[in-house]
Amino acid sequence: MIRSYFIYPVQFLVLVLLQVLILNNIQFSGYINPFLYLAFILWLPFETPKWLLMSISFLTGLTIDVFSNTMGMHTSASVFLAFCRPFFVELFAPRDGYEVNQRPSIQDLGLGWFLKYSAILVLCHHLFLFYVEVFRFTDFWNTLARAFSSAAFTLICIVIAEYFRVNVESKR
Amino acid sequence: MRNLIHFISKYSYFFLFLLFEVFAFYILFLNNNYQGASFLNSTNAITGGLYSSYADWTDYLNLKEVNQTLAEENKRLQSQQFGSYTPLFENEIVLNDSVLQLKYVFLNSKVINNSTHRQNNYLTLNTGTLNGVKAGMGVIGPSGVVGVVKNVSEHYASVLSLLHRSAKISVKLKSSNYFGSLQWQGDNYRFGKVEDIPKHVQLNVGDTLVTSGFSATFPEGIATAVIQEFQPIEGDNFYDIKVKFLTDFKNLSQLYVVKNIYRTELEDLETLTGEGDD
Repeated sequence: MIRSYFIYPVQFLVLVLLQVLILNNIQFSGYINPFLYLAFILWLPFETPKWLLMSISFLTGLTIDVFSNTMGMHTSASVFLAFCRPFFVELFAPRDGYEVNQRPSIQDLGLGWFLKYSAILVLCHHLFLFYVEVFRFTDFWNTLARAFSSAAFTLICIVIAEYFRVNVESKR
Repeated sequence: MRNLIHFISKYSYFFLFLLFEVFAFYILFLNNNYQGASFLNSTNAITGGLYSSYADWTDYLNLKEVNQTLAEENKRLQSQQFGSYTPLFENEIVLNDSVLQLKYVFLNSKVINNSTHRQNNYLTLNTGTLNGVKAGMGVIGPSGVVGVVKNVSEHYASVLSLLHRSAKISVKLKSSNYFGSLQWQGDNYRFGKVEDIPKHVQLNVGDTLVTSGFSATFPEGIATAVIQEFQPIEGDNFYDIKVKFLTDFKNLSQLYVVKNIYRTELEDLETLTGEGDD
């Protein structure tokens, strides 16, 4: 059991490096930028204490901010994501609750569950992030469109990464 | 007291959330301050080191375009050289060199990190205080203004790009001396907007806008943008001008940090009269 936690620092490192070195340089039509690092927060086990979840998200956001010179933006949005996560985890719980060894993954809970869980949380994060970035409501619809299109793109990346993770873990 | 403790422990999760958010917004505002230095940024040793070693690998990918722009700049500078001109009439004017005094010094530096897709974009350069870079210095590229240095560490500098919502530079028409301010609108990274040019000025699509040289940051006459389209604003005395940046901000590699030797003198004077511009 202890051993399985070692995977998280590795995931953190890989996802942050992927984000700052590769994904931050990808933009489609000047707007859409996937934020794959969110997968790290989404993948944390269900039994993570709330305070720890929030502190980890805070540090993750801060790391991304330091690298991309967007001080505070990703930090606040990630903390908001961590704040929302327990509610949606409760909301989407199966009738008998989660089992002890289940993790938030496609493998354990199915594609449908993972899609709705990550879609709603990614959307929460992106709406928060994009409105904090422009910091006013004059470009409301434009910002909304950007948040939605980026969220869709992030979601696709997360699902791909999820299948990749399942593959890597089943090989071990 | 017991009630208070009970209350706090009951909602501790929410209070922790608030605490983190307050901190996040605190650093957000600290950083958004146009001239304010922030304590966490990409000039620190870890992020700077990572970006510069990453740039060492990826630099080769756009060498062709970089060489192209540098060659064009060389061509332009070559044609401006004294030897490229021939006097029309002999004995007319003798240019006495000692009349001119050096005002701007250029430090060349390499971009190791860059972004164009955010609302507030920054670049990181591989030169720092050890090379003489200071906060507030201008940064220009082979084809126009790029930004202003915001934070500096020993080996790296973080530059507030022209593609930043609070970046504003003073430009003027190359053909006449009417000046306005150039700003990015936060949408397409190729286009910006110029304000404050009065309606009675004759404009043409394709007119070049150059830096005005009013502030101590940029030398005068650096071509920065061309007019794409313009229309007079209803009920106002000014034009609404859409311009295209000459610099392609997605393809930046070699830039120059501009050091104005008389900067402090100019600024001291302007604060004395209370007319600090830009």
